[in-house]
Amino acid sequence: MAQDNANVIDQPEVMTPRMVTIEIAGKKVDVPEGITVVKAMWYAGMDVVRGVGCLGGFCGACATYYRTKDDPKVRTCLACQMAVQDGMSFTMMPPFPARKATYELQKLQDPKQDLFNLYPEAPLCRNCNACTEACPQKIDVREGVWKAVFGDFKSVSEMFMDCVMCGMCTPVCIADIAPNLVALYVSRAQGAHFSEKPVGLDVRIKEIQDGQYNEEWDKVLKMSEKELAEHCATVK
Amino acid sequence: MDIHALQQIVHKTRDARRKQTIPKFAPTERDQLIHKYHPDFRASAYRPIKFGPNEGDKTVMELATLLEGDSSIQDHADLTAHYTCDVLVIGGGGAGCAAALHAHGAGAKTILATKLRLGDSNSVMAQGGMQISVAPEDSPVTHFIDTLKGGHMENDHALLKTMVEDGPSIAKWLLELGVLFDRQADGNLHVKKGGGSSKPRLLTCSDYTGLEIMRVLKDEVINQKIQLLEFAAAIELLSDEAGNCTGAIFKDLDNQRHVVVAAKCVILATGGIGRLHIQGFPTSNHYGATGDGLCLSYRMGAKLAHIDTFQYHPSGAVYPEQLIGQLVTEGIRSEGGHLVNATGERFVNELDTRDVVSSSIIRECEEGRGIRTMSGRVGVWLDTPLLDAEHGPGTVEKHFPAMMLQFERFGIDISKDPVLIYPTLHYQNGGVKIDTNSETNVKNLFVAGEASGGLHGRNRLMGNSLLDLMVYGKRSGLTAAGRVASMKQGQLTLKHLQRFRAEAKKHGNVSGVISPMILPAYTRKVG
Repeated sequence: MAQDNANVIDQPEVMTPRMVTIEIAGKKVDVPEGITVVKAMWYAGMDVVRGVGCLGGFCGACATYYRTKDDPKVRTCLACQMAVQDGMSFTMMPPFPARKATYELQKLQDPKQDLFNLYPEAPLCRNCNACTEACPQKIDVREGVWKAVFGDFKSVSEMFMDCVMCGMCTPVCIADIAPNLVALYVSRAQGAHFSEKPVGLDVRIKEIQDGQYNEEWDKVLKMSEKELAEHCATVK
Repeated sequence: MDIHALQQIVHKTRDARRKQTIPKFAPTERDQLIHKYHPDFRASAYRPIKFGPNEGDKTVMELATLLEGDSSIQDHADLTAHYTCDVLVIGGGGAGCAAALHAHGAGAKTILATKLRLGDSNSVMAQGGMQISVAPEDSPVTHFIDTLKGGHMENDHALLKTMVEDGPSIAKWLLELGVLFDRQADGNLHVKKGGGSSKPRLLTCSDYTGLEIMRVLKDEVINQKIQLLEFAAAIELLSDEAGNCTGAIFKDLDNQRHVVVAAKCVILATGGIGRLHIQGFPTSNHYGATGDGLCLSYRMGAKLAHIDTFQYHPSGAVYPEQLIGQLVTEGIRSEGGHLVNATGERFVNELDTRDVVSSSIIRECEEGRGIRTMSGRVGVWLDTPLLDAEHGPGTVEKHFPAMMLQFERFGIDISKDPVLIYPTLHYQNGGVKIDTNSETNVKNLFVAGEASGGLHGRNRLMGNSLLDLMVYGKRSGLTAAGRVASMKQGQLTLKHLQRFRAEAKKHGNVSGVISPMILPAYTRKVG
């Protein structure tokens, strides 16, 4: 194994970790600089059950409010994706009692109109933009709510593909809209009601039902181990 | 050295590399490589299981210890049911949601219990896509052959045939639920080529395929008003006199109380084992991937298959420290991203199967052609900027928004600079042995998804897990629901546990641990 330092990345922060003082839910603790917010909680000896999920920035379980030193602005992050720094103060967001409408997606007759029955608060947006500022995924949430209201479901479904459903857009809304839930309804309606039916898929399903591959299956499944291995080698 | 200085060699060699074609390994070379470098062949990490249905079979030490572990339930525990249902689904990921939706849809009274929140799973992180043979030039048989090759010919043929044939109807079901798969200009489903596949077959929702599917399935579970027990960790199954499964005991993680659920059928969809960190590997898995379902079904007498083989995803992040173990999606390689060693050379066909690519990365690093970090890790470069060079500026950002954002948070622009990667523990290839209805050798105990075994052989192909989850989630849900109408709720006993304990005692109660693990012990012991 090469012992020279030619191919070693400089990481002074790893060699001599600097301890920083942070505040977790109001309690001061010292942790190594640069570890993630969730690791800082583990480092401080806290058991974390609620508030940890995929640890990869996809599930939205670890929605967290934080503030950096001397900055009055309270920001949001996913605890598994944010590094701690000196003077940082944070607390995890408890489950927020947002109202989710329930619906039978396939039975909707007019999904664009139904939006106003399911989420009557959606058109009441007062344009404060707090939801957009709260989004750790950098989605233009406010714009998305307006597009939903104006029936541009396609744009909403594209804008919210990054949404991890952390729900941080909801507590800040002065009109009591849950934008992530509105967008989820809109995206599902877009997929189920306003997207083209893929013709090729139905063809394939029918081919399988009609037994079009039966002959090939019989051939393959009857092969000896050796024959099968040889056959596999021919498929490139 | 400064990371940017080390990255220069990747930038400098890019144009020359673009002209190269790296052939795939011939079968004998491939086998030699895997035997020498793949972690599945590190004999010192393995030992035989001492007793139970797989007595004498070898698996990694970490898992063997848990399988032989004792239950936290006492022999004379109170087994009065708090809840009663037809079908109890344990696990809230893709397989669990698919199972619950189908069981409920078929009229069964269904409860879905999960130890974290509904949807907290590996499924939500799946980025690469879902293999379904929808393209005209493709077929279910070709999908079967590709998977068999990837699995070293050890896949269960019946399970595999069922999966590839059910695939297209699963795509239709998901589309009807509103899942937004990427499309071609003509409205047909867009397919990408995945590692180890002979035809483009990956259905994708940009690089958020798992997230998109899980958002929709979770929403549908709530819409259907399926009863949920969240933060409820399964700690023991229940059996009747005949040894059939009749329910489960949970620990409510909010208050540590036990909750007993009586059920006519139980579907375990508890996922994999990444958080056991076998052989010290970092993992791409979610917080709860501790193999609970394997321990629970093993004590019930269910046989496991292929539990000596695990998948190490070739591209786990090595730098920055905060992202260690997290996946850099295989999609980058599908679109032409090169793997490059410290001397600026490619060393493997990037689209070979995951076990081959991982083994070759380990070889480069062990032979001194890796790049080291100061925390003692080593890796090779994945040339992400190549995608923009090849397909035009903005490609990385457009096709891999999740990846871009993840690295951007730590000040790294992957469209401009290559990323350092090394294999990360990703998937358990084996699991509880099931039949094509997803049922184990224990009657009324079903297992679906990553917790089940046999389908993937010794190496799972990219994109086959999302399909596996949906197909066997659906099959377990429908089979269970179809059975419950003509069944009576069986007695709730711990007979299986008494048998297991007697056997453990004969072997000296050697394990010394309580299983399942439930959550990894990451909390630092302070003071």
